[in-house]
Amino acid sequence: MKALKLIVPMVLALACAKGDANNSGTASSSSNTASGQSVDLTGAGATFPYPIYSKWFSDYAQKTGVRINYQSIGSGGGIRQLSEETVDFGASDSPMSDAELAGAKGGTVLHFPTVLGADVITYNLPGVTTALKFTPAVIADIFSGRIKKWNDARIASLNAGIALPAQDILVVHRSDGSGTTYIFTDYLSTAVPSWKASVGKGKDVKWPVGLGAKGNEGVSGQVKQTPGSIGYVELAYAKQNGLPIAAIRNQSGQFVAASVEAVTAAAAGAAKALPANTDYRISIVDAPGAGSYPISSFTWILVYQNQRDPVKGKKLVDFLNWALTDGEKEAVTLDYAPLPADMATTVKARLATINLSGAK
Amino acid sequence: MTSLPVEWLEKDRRKLRVDASAFSDKAYEIVTAACALVVPTLVVAIAVAIFVAAWPAFSKLGFSIITSSDWDVAAGHFGAAPALFGTLVSSAVALIIATPLAIGIAVFLSEFSPLWLRQPIGFLVDLLAAVPSVVYGLWGIFVLIPILRQHVMPFLRDTLHLGATPLFTGPAYGPSMLAAGIILAIMALPYISSVSREVLMAVPRSQREAALALGATRWEMIRDAVIPYAKSGIIGGIMLGLGRALGETMAVTMVIGNRAEISASLFAPGYTMASLIANQFSEATNDLHLSALMAVGAILFVITLIVNAIARWLVWTVSRNRAA
Repeated sequence: MKALKLIVPMVLALACAKGDANNSGTASSSSNTASGQSVDLTGAGATFPYPIYSKWFSDYAQKTGVRINYQSIGSGGGIRQLSEETVDFGASDSPMSDAELAGAKGGTVLHFPTVLGADVITYNLPGVTTALKFTPAVIADIFSGRIKKWNDARIASLNAGIALPAQDILVVHRSDGSGTTYIFTDYLSTAVPSWKASVGKGKDVKWPVGLGAKGNEGVSGQVKQTPGSIGYVELAYAKQNGLPIAAIRNQSGQFVAASVEAVTAAAAGAAKALPANTDYRISIVDAPGAGSYPISSFTWILVYQNQRDPVKGKKLVDFLNWALTDGEKEAVTLDYAPLPADMATTVKARLATINLSGAK
Repeated sequence: MTSLPVEWLEKDRRKLRVDASAFSDKAYEIVTAACALVVPTLVVAIAVAIFVAAWPAFSKLGFSIITSSDWDVAAGHFGAAPALFGTLVSSAVALIIATPLAIGIAVFLSEFSPLWLRQPIGFLVDLLAAVPSVVYGLWGIFVLIPILRQHVMPFLRDTLHLGATPLFTGPAYGPSMLAAGIILAIMALPYISSVSREVLMAVPRSQREAALALGATRWEMIRDAVIPYAKSGIIGGIMLGLGRALGETMAVTMVIGNRAEISASLFAPGYTMASLIANQFSEATNDLHLSALMAVGAILFVITLIVNAIARWLVWTVSRNRAA
């Protein structure tokens, strides 16, 4: 009996080991035939899509044996490293500017949208259980300090029936440069002309009021602790932590609460207006469509059009093809919004424009 | 004739031994010199790298990077005065809180403490230096800031009526210059108290006995005979603590509120130079923005250099006065 107890786990362990060996054997042999060595891809950039990317990379490695090493050092770092050609691909939450594109040493950079993210507005108002409603103008006035109290007539008129306290509003924003801030300020700059003129958009902006906290966790921590505070965080973060989320009036006049579906709807609404030759450096904040959530954005993988190394280039294209097909299906499980189906098709078609011949 | 080779041999061997030891001495000298040179080389290399990277910002922005309060990345304005102010003020608050506390601990441990208590307290104080700064930051967010907001700040402002002074006015949000100062005080405390304790314990017994023999009370003995003797060492400890406070990044970023404004009130949020760099460096793509952050790093470098120079000078004057 005792001996049996010992043997069973050993057999199981052996069986597992054998399975692993088989997997890695086939995997490495396939990459060997492709390149003669286990060449893998390296990428660097945005932290926001890191959870879904790392899931993609690990699933893809299991499936094909192609290992992708990704450093989530921030969009800025990703763009810099791609420009210096120290990585095979970059990733960013905001599209590269024309100046940044011109500065890229490896030639033309293509933007491939992968998934969508959104910012939500969260707040701490003890006793208020119904989701608050906001219009873009009211949000802009709160975050620029023109609306100072929760019971301001402009907030009250949007939220009839909710007893708003006569409390000071404390604005909490990100202190670190981030794509989350970019999306939020891009939205306010698009929807509210006075915001564009006074604060503008960027990963770091000069906030007229409020406290700066580091990271989504810093902002939500500060909001949770301080009655009367309001802040913005990523949708995935807010959902996973059960934060109160405000509904926001979109272009069609509907109040929409953030959800994966509403974000995909925003992309679909924006995609309709895209020209056929788009470079996908587009903002989808304040997108048209009745069900569109207005504070949404793509996140991009950045790839050189002319790949120096045909083998690596092929692997990168194969991976992106897989990500835009099978990978998209996994996005929802991690609270990322997938691309609208027809858009994923056109983005995949654009992968064919990548030049794998190695020539410049 | 027969003995000659033996003599030669003996002589050669002695010579050989002398040569060998001369060689090993020389080698030892070279190796240790190389080790010692690593540090100055590194310091110079770091300084050069930072100043080279900062040069575009210095040449384009000039003194406005120190004098202007307008840090607006989108507009291309980089004025780091609030961060400079915040670094100096938060460190000053930290020293004001930590110094008396640390010297109190050191005096107790070296003069009054029973032996069985000296070891555990000393160990715990030293342990404070080993706690990672991000842990201090988390503790600051979840423990210190709620206490400050709900109890300490209203008490200072309303109960003690300190709200009438500019130092303690304004709404009590929690994240503030005061919170940063307190966190930094806790972090600087073990440096100051450890050094002070060691120098106090190194004061010769004869110094104490002489004071007591002259009829001094214990308090007078410590005040007039022990502390003056240990003064230069204590100042050295304080400067070590100040160095820690000036450069601390993570914990401060988490509790200071990161607002680039100069306010007289300790209740108001602020910014420090180290936080500014930590917050913005990873997402800075614009060349001038990067260079301006490097320039802030260079200024911080110069400030720590000045602080160290002042510390040297203080220790030097104090020890010279004692000798005279």
